[in-house]
Amino acid sequence: MSSLILRAGTRILAPMMLLLSVFLLWRGHNLPGGGFIGGLVATSAIALQGIAFGPEAIRRTLVVPPAVVAGVGVLIAVVAALPAALAGLPFFTGLWLKLDLGDGAVLPLSTPLLFDIGVYLTVIGGVCALIAALEEEPSLEGGEEGG
Amino acid sequence: MGGWLAALVLVVPMLSAGATTLAHAAPRLQARLSLAGAFALLAVSVALLAVVLSDGMVVLQSGNWAAPFGIAFAVDTLGAVMTVIAAVTGVACLAFGLGEIGETERRAWFHPLSHVLLLGVCGAFLTGDLFNLYVWFEVMLIASFGLMTVGGTKAQIDGAVKYVALNLVATLMFLLAVALIYGLTGTLNFADIARSVPAVANTGVLTAAATLLLAAFGMKAAVFPLFFWLPAAYHTPLVSVSAVFAGLLTKVGVYALIRAFTLLFTHDPDWTHTLLLWIAGLTMVTGVLGAAAQSEMRRILSWHIISQIGYMVMGLALATPLGIVGSVFYLVHHIIVKANLFLIAGVAARLTGSMELKRIGGLYRSAPWLGVLFFIPAFSLAGFPPLSGFWAKLVLVRAALEIGSWWIAAAALVTGLLTIYSMTKIWGEAFWKPHPAGEAAARPLAEAPPAMLAPIAALAAGTVVIGLFAQPFYVVAERAARELLDPAAYIATVLGEVR
Repeated sequence: MSSLILRAGTRILAPMMLLLSVFLLWRGHNLPGGGFIGGLVATSAIALQGIAFGPEAIRRTLVVPPAVVAGVGVLIAVVAALPAALAGLPFFTGLWLKLDLGDGAVLPLSTPLLFDIGVYLTVIGGVCALIAALEEEPSLEGGEEGG
Repeated sequence: MGGWLAALVLVVPMLSAGATTLAHAAPRLQARLSLAGAFALLAVSVALLAVVLSDGMVVLQSGNWAAPFGIAFAVDTLGAVMTVIAAVTGVACLAFGLGEIGETERRAWFHPLSHVLLLGVCGAFLTGDLFNLYVWFEVMLIASFGLMTVGGTKAQIDGAVKYVALNLVATLMFLLAVALIYGLTGTLNFADIARSVPAVANTGVLTAAATLLLAAFGMKAAVFPLFFWLPAAYHTPLVSVSAVFAGLLTKVGVYALIRAFTLLFTHDPDWTHTLLLWIAGLTMVTGVLGAAAQSEMRRILSWHIISQIGYMVMGLALATPLGIVGSVFYLVHHIIVKANLFLIAGVAARLTGSMELKRIGGLYRSAPWLGVLFFIPAFSLAGFPPLSGFWAKLVLVRAALEIGSWWIAAAALVTGLLTIYSMTKIWGEAFWKPHPAGEAAARPLAEAPPAMLAPIAALAAGTVVIGLFAQPFYVVAERAARELLDPAAYIATVLGEVR
């Protein structure tokens, strides 16, 4: 599709959506949001680029192949479950690291956040792989009537 | 740290799936990672079984949220044994896959999907939570849909669509039952449901929920009359994929049935267990008759999966200690034998050019050792002494005779006899008769890659070992049955009232 309005709009919308997705990921620990929904919003931004600028824009935006993003995401999510072993706690127990930033400000970093980042990347990679496959693969054994 | 071992059984396939995804661009590395992952899964599941056998049940309260509020994983002897067998099947079929798959199949994510499938299967065997079981079923379903279509041919997609559509019906019934059970008992933790069931006043709805679960799991297990998706789908995918499916997937359904009708729903055995007994008998007989009508190797074997499921359900339906022992023993024996038969059919087709019995032959002359390798699982399936199937059937038939269920014992014996008919048909057509396209059309065994033959030989050796040294396996099965028939200990361990 080559629509000037869509391309111009996408240039503004896609970065905003990506920002929103990170915001959703960040607040998702205690409030509605999280890695899954954040990942879907980010994927929408990337898909929008794909619609406006063609499928190769999806690959360009992700830099690495979508499957690699998904694979890294799965590994991060699994790794998030493991630090509990060092603390002698059961599998997947949430652990917090509270960084003191001075002036009474505390930055809580946690394994659930790490897990959510893993989910975020898995969703982006997985859905982008699906979209890219649908955009690029030739249809199977030629088109048959009715389907 | 038994809990962490149980967690590792889930972590290892997850890591393998992630790692093989990342190695997608490097075929050799991906194959090595995949096989290493399967062996690692085997190692941790064997370690888990060892812990369960020496220290008793392992409970993992994931996230340190105590049952019934968090998701509990509860590993008793049956769960641990099933995980080991799943890992064995995984190793065998992935090794076979290395010899079988080409670049198209590899590019279609054969390795990551296989590990996701193993993850789903192991999760289902370990979980102690009804909704979590549903999640693992979905993981399996999604992975198996991907695996079935890995070759991308029209027949495969046709089979996969039927498979998924019919399995989704089972999934819906499962969810409906979950909702009913949650409404009645206020919990989805297995142990907590089992504790709450006797106090439920509305036994009519409870039985309805139990029957819905029976139908849902029954469909996954492919019992009569819900088996029609299986023969429609299992002959289409890659051989290594269909061998994993044949070995494991329906058995997850049987496992879920065993769990549901020993732990959760024993409040109305006159209805549920009688129903199960009828289903068992009809499944055995229809399955074996269906097989007799087929002439394609994998179709014959697919129908035999159905008839064999009947045996496993039969032991559960009898609900006597010996019956449950028989079911557990049968599960283990069957997974090894059935996966192996599919692999052998794959090699036979590779050497002769087809799965269709009419179009092949001459294998005994060209590849006599394949004949020996076929003979072992085939006659174990039919129940020839001293192979593993003989002991499995012996225990079940004895269990039936003990409580005077003559007709189910008769059905089991007749089914065994008809199984021999099908196996001799494959023997006579594929091995004994000359190849219709001339002697040279049947290739020698040396032309099959070693990656394909090694798992077949190993699984056949396993069948012989279980047959000749049945006692230790029987003892473990007996222990699993004892635990299944004493839900009080399971409930106490999971909910932490003892210790």
